[in-house]
Amino acid sequence: MLQVEDLHAYYGKSHILHGVHLQVGRGEIVSLLGRNGVGRSTTIKAIMGQVDAEGSVRFKNEQMLGLKAYQIAHKGLGYVPESRDIFPTLTVEQNLILGMKGAKPDKSARWNLEDMYRLFPRLQERARVEAGMISGGEQQMLTLCRTLMGDPDLIMIDEPTEGLAPKIVELVADLFNEIKNRGVSILLVEQKLAIALNISQRLYVMGHGRIVFEGTPQELRQNSTIRKEWLEV
Amino acid sequence: MEFFLISMLNSISYGLLLFMLSSGLTIIFSMMGVLNFAHASFYMLGAYFAYQISGWIGFWPALAIAPLLVGAVGMAVERYGLRTVHKFGHVAELLFTFGLAYLIDEAVHLIWGRSSVPYAVPPSLDGAAFTLFSTEYPIYRVFMMAVSISMLIGIYLTLTRSRIGLVIQAALTHPQTVETLGHNVPRVFMLVFGGGSALAGLAGVIGGNAFITEPGMAAAVGPIVFVVVVVGGMGSLVGAFLASLLIGVIQTFSVALDYSFVNLFAKLGITIGPNTPLAALWDLTISQTAPVLPYLLMVLMLIFRPKGILGTREG
Repeated sequence: MLQVEDLHAYYGKSHILHGVHLQVGRGEIVSLLGRNGVGRSTTIKAIMGQVDAEGSVRFKNEQMLGLKAYQIAHKGLGYVPESRDIFPTLTVEQNLILGMKGAKPDKSARWNLEDMYRLFPRLQERARVEAGMISGGEQQMLTLCRTLMGDPDLIMIDEPTEGLAPKIVELVADLFNEIKNRGVSILLVEQKLAIALNISQRLYVMGHGRIVFEGTPQELRQNSTIRKEWLEV
Repeated sequence: MEFFLISMLNSISYGLLLFMLSSGLTIIFSMMGVLNFAHASFYMLGAYFAYQISGWIGFWPALAIAPLLVGAVGMAVERYGLRTVHKFGHVAELLFTFGLAYLIDEAVHLIWGRSSVPYAVPPSLDGAAFTLFSTEYPIYRVFMMAVSISMLIGIYLTLTRSRIGLVIQAALTHPQTVETLGHNVPRVFMLVFGGGSALAGLAGVIGGNAFITEPGMAAAVGPIVFVVVVVGGMGSLVGAFLASLLIGVIQTFSVALDYSFVNLFAKLGITIGPNTPLAALWDLTISQTAPVLPYLLMVLMLIFRPKGILGTREG
């Protein structure tokens, strides 16, 4: 569904990605692992058209590089940013509504407001509260739900469990499985190895702007060299 | 009492006019990071367009058409100018709008000449609306207030009730995130720039005949609008509203007040003569300092509260 080949990306003059390649199949959960600063976030930003990039990003057999971010979103790629970019002056519900691409709710969409409130009752309680006033964990939920409201076919999620309480982390993991069960692929940038090993079908490990390992959770569990060199601190 | 009420009404009508100008500027600034130096030029264009159009088909059609034309000019400027310049950074954008202001200035000179044009209040709006004590208050001032207030309500409803308003509000703080959700942010930028220009144009349509329509009008009002935006707080609409009214009050009242430090000291029992040190300074009346007061306010604001009345960002 998503094929990334020889992806190079730049921030100004610094060359961040040196030929990244990865694939995500339909209904697959794929994790992108690695230490801070190896280019995981840059990879998904480049796929989303937010960073200057060269190479090839094909989604549903269409080239994404060169398109504007909003056009990429309309092709069915969803992006949940790391920095919890909620819209602080709007209410929780308005944030969710802005997740939809059209003015009217799409009947054929996989998700609607009620689904979100059922998954996270806390968001319903806070529906009329300014999103800047809710807790960090709730904001994290909100960014995720907001992107789901746009009904993506593949969702890229940057550090979803960072700073979350263990209980909510479980909830998030459940949500990922529900997303997958509805036929949506997930490309996950994750710091917590345990979660990634648990829910992913395949994993990539990044180092210095390149993919240094590709395989199943089973294979990564057995490969202590890779874990030592590229993951463990 | 009479002086106070009349001045207050004048302050409000002038303040509302300032808000029409500064609201566009502040929204454009906080959304696109562009401090538009040509904003006051759109105000001037509005006045000249209205003068020209009302000469052909009358004031009322001009009231609608002139702001729309200015808005269209604004959209074209964003689409074919700013958007291209954008990738070279904010300094390039600033220089671009700076040059644009000169360009509009010169165009106005070429088309309408160097002196003022006789853009007058239409006869149907000429005359007194009511008499307050012994002063007749002109209908046109009331009309200006009505237009400004309807505009104000219009902006408020658009921003809070419509979907595009939500997109604009979200893009004020997180334009990139809004775009990744599938909203055409470049188009929203263009519409906002056009809308802000149209508002400035409308201010020109109703301000041009209340005051004077001349090639210097952009240069006269431009700095004041920047003062409003700085004092109100960069990017804050409510702040810009409060600052507009505040500056309206300061400018209107100060022109009419003849008090000086001499009067103040006299009340305290100190006599100031021509031989007192700094006598000339103490002798200045408020009305003489009137043109400086808004800038004084801005300087004080920048020293003591750099983010403005309600601004969210420093400096």
